[in-house]
Amino acid sequence: MDQTIERDASTDGVDRRGFLKCMAWAGTGMAWTISGGVLSSRLFGEEAPTTARGDFSFVQISDSHIGFAKEPNKDVTGTLRLTIDRINALPTPPELLIHTGDLTHLSKAAEFDTVDQLLRGARVKERFYVPGEHDVFSDDGKAYLDRYGKGTRGAGWHSFDHRGVHFVGLVNVTNLKPGGLGVLGADQLEWLKKDLEGLGSSTPVVVYAHVPLWTVYPKWGWGTEDSEAALALLRRFGSVTVLNGHIHQVLQKTEGNVTFHTGCSTAFPQPQPGMAESPGPIKNVPSERLRTMLGLAQVRYVQTRGMLAVVDSTLE
Amino acid sequence: MARVNTEPAATQTRQVTIDNFTFQPAEVTVPVGTKVVWVNHDDVPHNVVETRRAFSSPALDTDERYAHVFGEAGTYAYFCGIHPHMTGRVVVK
Repeated sequence: MDQTIERDASTDGVDRRGFLKCMAWAGTGMAWTISGGVLSSRLFGEEAPTTARGDFSFVQISDSHIGFAKEPNKDVTGTLRLTIDRINALPTPPELLIHTGDLTHLSKAAEFDTVDQLLRGARVKERFYVPGEHDVFSDDGKAYLDRYGKGTRGAGWHSFDHRGVHFVGLVNVTNLKPGGLGVLGADQLEWLKKDLEGLGSSTPVVVYAHVPLWTVYPKWGWGTEDSEAALALLRRFGSVTVLNGHIHQVLQKTEGNVTFHTGCSTAFPQPQPGMAESPGPIKNVPSERLRTMLGLAQVRYVQTRGMLAVVDSTLE
Repeated sequence: MARVNTEPAATQTRQVTIDNFTFQPAEVTVPVGTKVVWVNHDDVPHNVVETRRAFSSPALDTDERYAHVFGEAGTYAYFCGIHPHMTGRVVVK
């Protein structure tokens, strides 16, 4: 299947109204709809596309950092709650919710409790999680696995099928090495190989993990050192969508049949790769600047003439 | 005679600050018995993990500090367990 990246200002669905809705910036999330094996996404606040029977949608949220209480967001609980309100108000109710990690800021029990309580309010059939480094660094993931390890392997990796789509949750935030990037590790790669073995190549595959599975910016650790081994196992599939978090901004690229996408944080934005001294939170953000960053965060997929066209929209 | 204490008393203190996701200075050379103190000046938590796990700190929030007394000569490489691209070294002579 050919894929193209298109930029089309006339059909990007961004208008003043959509723009203003997006100013509730920290509550951003992405709703995904699967139609004919092709994923399309839109920011909350846009009209729902018409859906055919058998279609379904799910949501990805990320980097809630419950416990963070500094600039630019001293109420990360409030913005996660707002995100969930938006999910519950979606015209096409999503069936699944995937959180791509950094649920908490310091892996404290009270932080996990808050996340649990809030996400229980999301009206979805099932919730799936992968940990971020903030969820596992203090105890090698014990607290995380106590809560979310049921039915998973290793550090929390797992897979499941939903309406013909194969979902794989990978963990790349444990056994980190000095100077290194995210790591999947030999055990997980072996498991992934076996997990994918029996699947036909026409099965749409959605892979999610916290740290990007493509090299975004190694100097800040924004990549996964052995992601290529995982991608090699995925290339035979006609439609692969890779969802990540960690970098608190939407970035997207396509490589053959693989579409890579990083999601917004529900807590605070981080700088574009290399555009600041460090990847720390962007503080004291003027609203105009914030809008520009949100513009970068808006991505959507549309299907045209049987081809997957990716439209990367910015707000400015 | 050597002291019997398992934790030797520090003879001097050396500070390493954490600013903008960087250990500063990234390498310090200190005599045996030095207490090295890491102070986090960032708005996000960091920690200090020795590569061979000879020591590791809890998460240090803003302005929190962690100290380790180096009782034996050697080179101690460390990194931040949350942001592993942050690395540093303590050389004890």
